[in-house]
Amino acid sequence: MTTKSLVKVQDASCWFDVSRPWLERVLKRRPRTHLKAVNGVSFTVEKGETLALVGESGCGKSTVARLLVGLYTPSSGHIEFDGQPVSMLRSREGKQLRQRLQMIFQDPYASLNPRWRVARIIAEPLKVHGKMTQAERDERVDALLQQVGLSPTDRNRYPHQFSGGQRQRISIARALAASPEFLVCDEPTSALDVSVQAQVLNLMKKLQQDLGLTYLFISHNLAVVHHVADRVAVMYLGRIVELAPRDALFSRPRHPYTRMLLSAIPDPAGTGQRRIPVAGEVPNPLNPPSGCPFHPRCPHARDICRQHMPATINDGPTQVACHGIKEGWLGK
Amino acid sequence: MPLLDVRNLRVEFHTRRGVLTALDDVSLQINMGEVLGVVGESGAGKSLTGSAIIGLLDPPGRITKGEILLDGRRIDTLPEDAMRRIRGREIGAIFQDPLTSLNPLYTVGRQLVETIVTHLPLTPSQARSRAIELLESTGIPAAAQRIDHYPHQFSGGMRQRVVIALALAAEPRLIVADEPTTALDVSIQAQIIDLLKTLCRERGAAVMLITHDMGVIAETADRVAVMYAGRIAEIGPVSNVIGDPQHPYTRGLMESIPSIHRTTEFLAQIDGSMPRLNAIPPGCAFNPRCPHRMARCLSERPELLEAGNSMAACWLHDTGARK
Repeated sequence: MTTKSLVKVQDASCWFDVSRPWLERVLKRRPRTHLKAVNGVSFTVEKGETLALVGESGCGKSTVARLLVGLYTPSSGHIEFDGQPVSMLRSREGKQLRQRLQMIFQDPYASLNPRWRVARIIAEPLKVHGKMTQAERDERVDALLQQVGLSPTDRNRYPHQFSGGQRQRISIARALAASPEFLVCDEPTSALDVSVQAQVLNLMKKLQQDLGLTYLFISHNLAVVHHVADRVAVMYLGRIVELAPRDALFSRPRHPYTRMLLSAIPDPAGTGQRRIPVAGEVPNPLNPPSGCPFHPRCPHARDICRQHMPATINDGPTQVACHGIKEGWLGK
Repeated sequence: MPLLDVRNLRVEFHTRRGVLTALDDVSLQINMGEVLGVVGESGAGKSLTGSAIIGLLDPPGRITKGEILLDGRRIDTLPEDAMRRIRGREIGAIFQDPLTSLNPLYTVGRQLVETIVTHLPLTPSQARSRAIELLESTGIPAAAQRIDHYPHQFSGGMRQRVVIALALAAEPRLIVADEPTTALDVSIQAQIIDLLKTLCRERGAAVMLITHDMGVIAETADRVAVMYAGRIAEIGPVSNVIGDPQHPYTRGLMESIPSIHRTTEFLAQIDGSMPRLNAIPPGCAFNPRCPHRMARCLSERPELLEAGNSMAACWLHDTGARK
């Protein structure tokens, strides 16, 4: 790629040590055990686009989000933001960088301090990052409140006085306070009702157009992803199994897991339609299957899938990790 | 005669600050073997309707008006003792979170056997073999071994299968399923919906399926009731309500759902939010958000009126009146 990507993730992994205590390991001769939450993930996010990350619970979506904003440190691999390593975020020099990326969390009830008034919540990033006077900060908070569709008169209220959708707007205002370029949104609408979800999604899209924001949008809802994303990465058990432009992914899904997810969406347009339910569940990530992690649930699995991990290959605009696609025995 | 007949149900909460009307004038019927979907946003009163039917309203909530008939027999006035025999035997319940509906200290087998023995004239060993059959029919592999496991040893999807087995244990004729798939992943959700549908068809049980997911309703239900602010806004056959909604709220709701079949820059949105129980506006509860508001919407509350194949509580469908 010739253009410079805003975010570049190269072969990043995040393993958590979940070993038993030292004495027990010695007595029972058990080795250390690691939970491979994210295992060799590579992707880029271009400036101004929305990359969506989809997958079922436990596939490592949120861990990727936390790696990107520096809340976790990768066990191996590199993550760069605008050419600078994200590992810098934790250092004193990283402060400038931290200002440029922000996160919106899923639960608007848990991510706002219940004892703080809204104005203080939104002004906190301004205090940390900016050199504004109190009056300037007040003015900025009012502007932010208006930008996210709330009123400046809401500034002295507490989070509990707002509904779920309004709280998510407060979270967005707080994230925007430091004028970031990149927002990591971890299931921002999952806790909301559909009509409120539509309001929040529209707001996020409008803000992207007005401010030129770049989003990493994490969701398990494929219909929402279809609505917001430019490109989509599908994760399964800590790996990206398919990454493609939105239209390519939805019109011509390549990986069997993607096909399965697409057929599993209940859609109001398909009244009376029968879906193909998929057998099985996500395996325990502590003890992942050999070879391709999806093979126990895959209807097309062959011997090679059980033995070897598939490499990621390019198939048209799509990047996909599947032996069947690579060797050509799994067509459309 | 419908299996379940809810007539003009009204549920109130008496609090120190006054009386909150959480459900007002809710009427619905479910026939034998039918799946009735109940949709609405949080706080619309869908779960409360379910709780009222199974007789599990939490105080201070209580039924102050209307009646609930099961097979022509009034059940909302039954004493707790009699109601307990109906619950499980004639009405089964499935709740959203499978972990909280199972007792973590008992094996799933013990819980199933307890339910079966309570309601059916079987010995404990007969009940146990019936429990294994039930677990098998809900698709739990190696049911004969799994029956002695505790709930925490099952995954979320498997636990929900156990809960379904538990609800079906005494062959109830009506099942109230309150958000049975909300806590599950999409791939598992498809399995559970399919299972629930098959089992109910086989046993001829009627289902009241409460959910906020229109997609699940579209696939599963025969008829659907849309609730708003404690009242039914629209009720009718599922293809009519989803394909050709008659109430402005239903229309807005349907348009605000993103779909993989159409690409739009922005989603249609209903501005504002559902009123709180203590601030329901006079007239039609939807009027502050409605694009078709008329003068009478501010003062008169619309009853359910005929609208195509459905019924909608909206003055737009009052054919007798001048506009």
